[in-house]
Amino acid sequence: MLAPGLIDTRAHLREPGAEHQETLFTASRAAAAGGITSILCTPDTDPVIDGVAEVEFISRRARETSLVKVYASAAITVGSQGRQLTEMGLLAESGVLAFTDANRAVENAGLMFRALKYARSLDLLLVQHPEHPTLTDNGTMNAGPLATRLGLPSRPPIAETILVERDLRLAEAAGARIHFPILSTRGAVAAVRAAKERGVSVTAGTAPHYFSLTESEVEGWRTFAKVSPPLRVEADRAAIADAVVDGVIDVIASDHSPHHEDSKRQPFEQAAFGMAALETVLPLSLEFVHSGRMSLLELLQRVTSGPAAIFGVPGGRLAAGEAADLVLLDLDRAWVLDAKEFRSKSQNAPYTAHPVRGKAIRTVVDGRPVFGGEQ
Amino acid sequence: MSRTEIVQYIDRADLIADRLARENQPPGTLPGHLLISLFFENSTRTRASFQIAGQHLGFNVVDMSLATSSTGKGETLLDTAMTLNAMRPDVLVVRHAMSGVPHLLSHKVNCAVINAGDGNHEHPTQALTDALTIRRRKGTLEGLTVAICGDIMHSRVARSNIRLLTIMGSTVRVVAPATLMPAGIETFGAEPFESMAAGLEGADVVMMLRLQLERMHGSHVPSTREYFRFFGLDSDKLRAAKDDAVIMHPGPINRGVELDSVLADDIGRSLILEQVAHGVAVRIAVLEALVQKAATGAPG
Repeated sequence: MLAPGLIDTRAHLREPGAEHQETLFTASRAAAAGGITSILCTPDTDPVIDGVAEVEFISRRARETSLVKVYASAAITVGSQGRQLTEMGLLAESGVLAFTDANRAVENAGLMFRALKYARSLDLLLVQHPEHPTLTDNGTMNAGPLATRLGLPSRPPIAETILVERDLRLAEAAGARIHFPILSTRGAVAAVRAAKERGVSVTAGTAPHYFSLTESEVEGWRTFAKVSPPLRVEADRAAIADAVVDGVIDVIASDHSPHHEDSKRQPFEQAAFGMAALETVLPLSLEFVHSGRMSLLELLQRVTSGPAAIFGVPGGRLAAGEAADLVLLDLDRAWVLDAKEFRSKSQNAPYTAHPVRGKAIRTVVDGRPVFGGEQ
Repeated sequence: MSRTEIVQYIDRADLIADRLARENQPPGTLPGHLLISLFFENSTRTRASFQIAGQHLGFNVVDMSLATSSTGKGETLLDTAMTLNAMRPDVLVVRHAMSGVPHLLSHKVNCAVINAGDGNHEHPTQALTDALTIRRRKGTLEGLTVAICGDIMHSRVARSNIRLLTIMGSTVRVVAPATLMPAGIETFGAEPFESMAAGLEGADVVMMLRLQLERMHGSHVPSTREYFRFFGLDSDKLRAAKDDAVIMHPGPINRGVELDSVLADDIGRSLILEQVAHGVAVRIAVLEALVQKAATGAPG
């Protein structure tokens, strides 16, 4: 089965600044193995991608080292500090496809409102992490009985609902587009659904762990399951899955967050947030097809043409004249997801023997094989 | 821990407490064992009582306080544990400000690890101590109504006590302002109350918790004065409880914040110093059981 290569619109690639966790090359190797041919990376590197020079660095390093196509997003605010807007126009001219302060939501509502108005005037896309920083406080997992039992400071689901509701109203008032890249709660899904119904230019995404796992993975203080927003309860997981099926969630992205072991072998409260996920998007998403909830075409929209249209990433469909970014899928190949096998430089993910079905067996970028077959 | 195990520990500690009161000596010693106590967080009574318990048993006791050194940082936590493990202790007693640390360390060492309090998670030996103290005064735990009052959200003592007391057949209530009540506490078998009058109604035991300084000034409660007015225990509020209700506190007490001085020092009703004395007996019982288990090859 031949499909367009997957487009991953949210991955933390760590270069520059944390090359011990991941580089554009190692990430691209994992992406290729996961059937991904284009990545939109987040700007939370060191330094933060908030100026044209950093964007040019990413483009050059990607050209020199990456097996797949890498596009940059840039910060909404300088240094992602939430105070001063970046030069969005110049950044867009240098090739930036979206603006986001990565895992930090812009906390100041007034500043976010101005960012949205400014972005609208240039027809740019703002991407907002869906957690209000004053409500997440210093929380480390989902709030509820499990957090109470484990004695962990927690993040209530309302932290996500409030931020999403707020920004939907701001985007609506500004007439701007907004994208929430990784929804995790039923409250946020309901808010986005209602906003879409009243005509707000909103799109939404989620990552595979939000429709595949619940907070029970955190049992035993397993830091590999510590992500932001946190894994939630079954009702939230089910609502996220439903929203992927009915299209309220337009995009599945990896939110790939590689971390060195040393950042995870820590007391839960001190461990880093995030899991490696470039190789989990395809097999975990295909579960929707195997369970009969979505057709293969519908699912592929969420990882190819859907994100291509929202972010303006080239590709995402099979057509004459399009770049030959392709993946050959063996839809029925049964295999076991084991983070230790990840080709990413970091293997931080809570999968040890997770049975899945469907695999990329060959990935091609611009007609050049980058995974499988003879390379 | 099962009900049977809890009863075994409390029975043994009861006997030890009698012996300590009479002869200042436990019923037997187990010399030749090495206990390392590893406190990443300040503690007076828990730390002292583990040391004294170890000394009573004839253990070699090495006390390490890492609360103020850079080792308190998580990055060297596992290194510290593995270093100490190389010194072949029989028992490692661990106190840490973060939940789950004893669990994390127990995977890295070969000896028994005792949780002496981790973050907001658990403080098992304190709960055993409190249960012993209640049983010695009331004769039983079954059927008693115990009101645990104060900063439930940040209290490992509350969590361990709720678990243990509900297993033992007590009715447990938790009383706190909504800002200090953790999510889903009712699923643990404790009934939540937001007023002292209702929460203390007919209680046999009133267990007060320490309000941490950093939570007193506006972040969780407006002021100590307002907190004492509504949630501090004084003789007026205590009237809602049974006439023979006893007062407990895991210490250290903020006098005039959660507990009126007159009540804290009322020897007829306050069991606070008995809790301290019984803490030693409980820790002797726990240490004994662990090294005996290790000797018979049973899992710690």
